[in-house]
Amino acid sequence: MTTTTNEKKTLVEVKHLVKYFPVRAGLLQRTVAHVQAVDDVSFNIKEGETVGMVGESGCGKTTIGRTMLRLVEPTSGEVIVDGKDVFKMRAPQLKEMRRNMQIIFQDPYASLDPRMPIGESVMEGLNIHKMGTKQERYELMLKTLKKVGLEEYHSRRYPHEFSGGQRQRIGIARALALQPKFIVCDEPVSALDVSIQSQVLNILKDLQKEFGLTYLFIAHNLSVVEHISDRVAVMYLGKMVELATREDLYREPLHPYTRALMSAIPIPDPSIKRERIILKGDVPSPLNPPKGCRFHTRCPIAVSQCSQEEPQFKEVKPNHWVACWLAE
Amino acid sequence: MSKEKLLRIENLTLHFNTQKGPVQAVDGVFFELGHKEAVVVLGESGCGKSSLAKALLRLLPRNVSRYDGKVYLEGTEIMGMDDETYRRNVRWIRMSLVPQAAMNSLNPVLKVGDQVAEPMVVHHGVKKEEALVQAAKMFQHVGVPVDFLDRYAFELSGGMRQRVAIAMALVTAPGLVVLDEPTSALDVLTQANIFNVLKRLKHELEVSFILITHDIATSSELADSVAVMYAGQIVETSDARSFFKEPLHPYSRMLMASVPRLRANIEPEFITGQPPSLLHPPTGCRFADRCPKRFSKCSEEPPVFNVESKQVKCWLYES
Ligand SMILES: Nc1ncnc2c1ncn2[C@@H]1O[C@H](COP(=O)(O)OP(=O)(O)OP(=O)(O)O)[C@@H](O)[C@H]1O
Ligand code: SF4
Ligand SMILES: [Mg+2]
Repeated sequence: MTTTTNEKKTLVEVKHLVKYFPVRAGLLQRTVAHVQAVDDVSFNIKEGETVGMVGESGCGKTTIGRTMLRLVEPTSGEVIVDGKDVFKMRAPQLKEMRRNMQIIFQDPYASLDPRMPIGESVMEGLNIHKMGTKQERYELMLKTLKKVGLEEYHSRRYPHEFSGGQRQRIGIARALALQPKFIVCDEPVSALDVSIQSQVLNILKDLQKEFGLTYLFIAHNLSVVEHISDRVAVMYLGKMVELATREDLYREPLHPYTRALMSAIPIPDPSIKRERIILKGDVPSPLNPPKGCRFHTRCPIAVSQCSQEEPQFKEVKPNHWVACWLAE
Repeated sequence: MSKEKLLRIENLTLHFNTQKGPVQAVDGVFFELGHKEAVVVLGESGCGKSSLAKALLRLLPRNVSRYDGKVYLEGTEIMGMDDETYRRNVRWIRMSLVPQAAMNSLNPVLKVGDQVAEPMVVHHGVKKEEALVQAAKMFQHVGVPVDFLDRYAFELSGGMRQRVAIAMALVTAPGLVVLDEPTSALDVLTQANIFNVLKRLKHELEVSFILITHDIATSSELADSVAVMYAGQIVETSDARSFFKEPLHPYSRMLMASVPRLRANIEPEFITGQPPSLLHPPTGCRFADRCPKRFSKCSEEPPVFNVESKQVKCWLYES
């Protein structure tokens, strides 16, 4: 498994990505502080691979996904896709890139235009990119809807006539219609009932197999990404704290934050007694993140060094990266 | 007679009028709940869970077309009370609600401490200072630092706001609190924290909970008993231990199989199709369309069968 992924070509490379959002105040709207949403994050994704990205809300996952597609302008860093730097692209190149890189949003209710029949929504991108003739676009739309389990008569209906799971499948069809190579899936199942989540996950997996798609799959729960990811990254307060193959990460999580996330996953079996690692306090404000290791204020095993020096993100075992003083 | 239950619900029904006809959101719901216990009402989105909460607390919208059934709270039937008696003796006093998305509906211009104190002033007629003392106590119970009393909702994280909403439901010391999806908008770590708080409150304050949720895994943390709701009806009731070991109703089994489990080789399953419309629910078993066990009998509505101490609304359990 690991060897085959190694042989594959890298499709997306993220290098030292930084995104600070200015906080403005006062009459003159002067910048008074910065939210350090993403702070020096590097990783890559190989062709046909799924990288799962997990962390609490506000840790910067969504910002990474959106910055990679330049829906949000970066503060610094590089994102190289297919050998080209996305941040240096000008309008025509950017348009071409956007066809190749799509995003599926978390909220299936808000991401579809309520006044547009869903067939039109799915064709919107095709029209913008003037792909094929009108007839060809229509047929491609139908074909894509079929892929996510919807029929021709559905295409004439409006979003409110669909359930949450169906709307999320429409969102997938919208992204898929443009035949992209890379899709950022931003919490695509978090808003859905558990009973239909795996249906959407299965569709994403089947599509990946059929079209050789590459995914960045964002979630806040490690149990959701386990079955879909080849590798998993864990984020905390704008930093990547761990990155490993799925097998290694679930078998032997090395960062104390990953271990806490893992222990918080509920199991529907009250007879299993587990020790849950409950972290004290809330995630600190990204306006003013703790010095040293950003996790030290909540870390159950922190030592004095942790509050003074920031640990580097290091490969402590083959293909297993961690930022923790105690994991070396 | 055996020991009186805290709550017994029989045949509770709440239908709404719409342009397309009546929506049978709550249709003959029944279950029981003991003192200092938690019952989980499990069901998918749209099955009528929030409507059930509204029916219990008599927080009714204008377009109600049918509202009846019996609800015994510590032996007293409360459905027959007139609105004034109900308001003075039941809501907030003996039973309160943490509504769905409560953490997002706190008043943005009031300090959270004042909001938590308010039900004491309104329902117990105490002075504001006294109510604030009680609010401070509740903050401690739910694990919010007392100096947060003076803060505004936007200054708190989602998890803290949800705790404030829980404190507000507890401040009048009711014996029963209905929690509608209390953690579904929160992260796993925050969810785990809130559930620890609820477990502690159950002991410290001797309070009972009706926990309404679609999240079967999280609910298992708190449940003493379970009631499964499907398309406005209860299809299974059971003690938590046997339910989580082996649920009986085909729907409950599929719900259980859809939960992703860590490091498991089996992939989670999903329930195909959608629940039926509550406008014109099917005449037979409401789950029949999606049921892998369906057989000829299922075109008739199944009655509720007793299986040991459990109850199942499914023809497979006809004896
Ligand atoms: N005031 C109303 N008028 C008409 N229909 C209503 C009204 N309130 C709720 N409904 C309908 O009743 C059904 C049950 O709704 P309810 O909000 O109780 O479901 P729920 O199980 O709480 O769903 P969720 O998990 O999404 O919160 C739905 O079909 C809903 O559209
Ligand atoms: S009554 Fe029939 S259709 Fe309904 S749940 Fe039981 S077996 Fe399935
Ligand atoms: Mg609800």
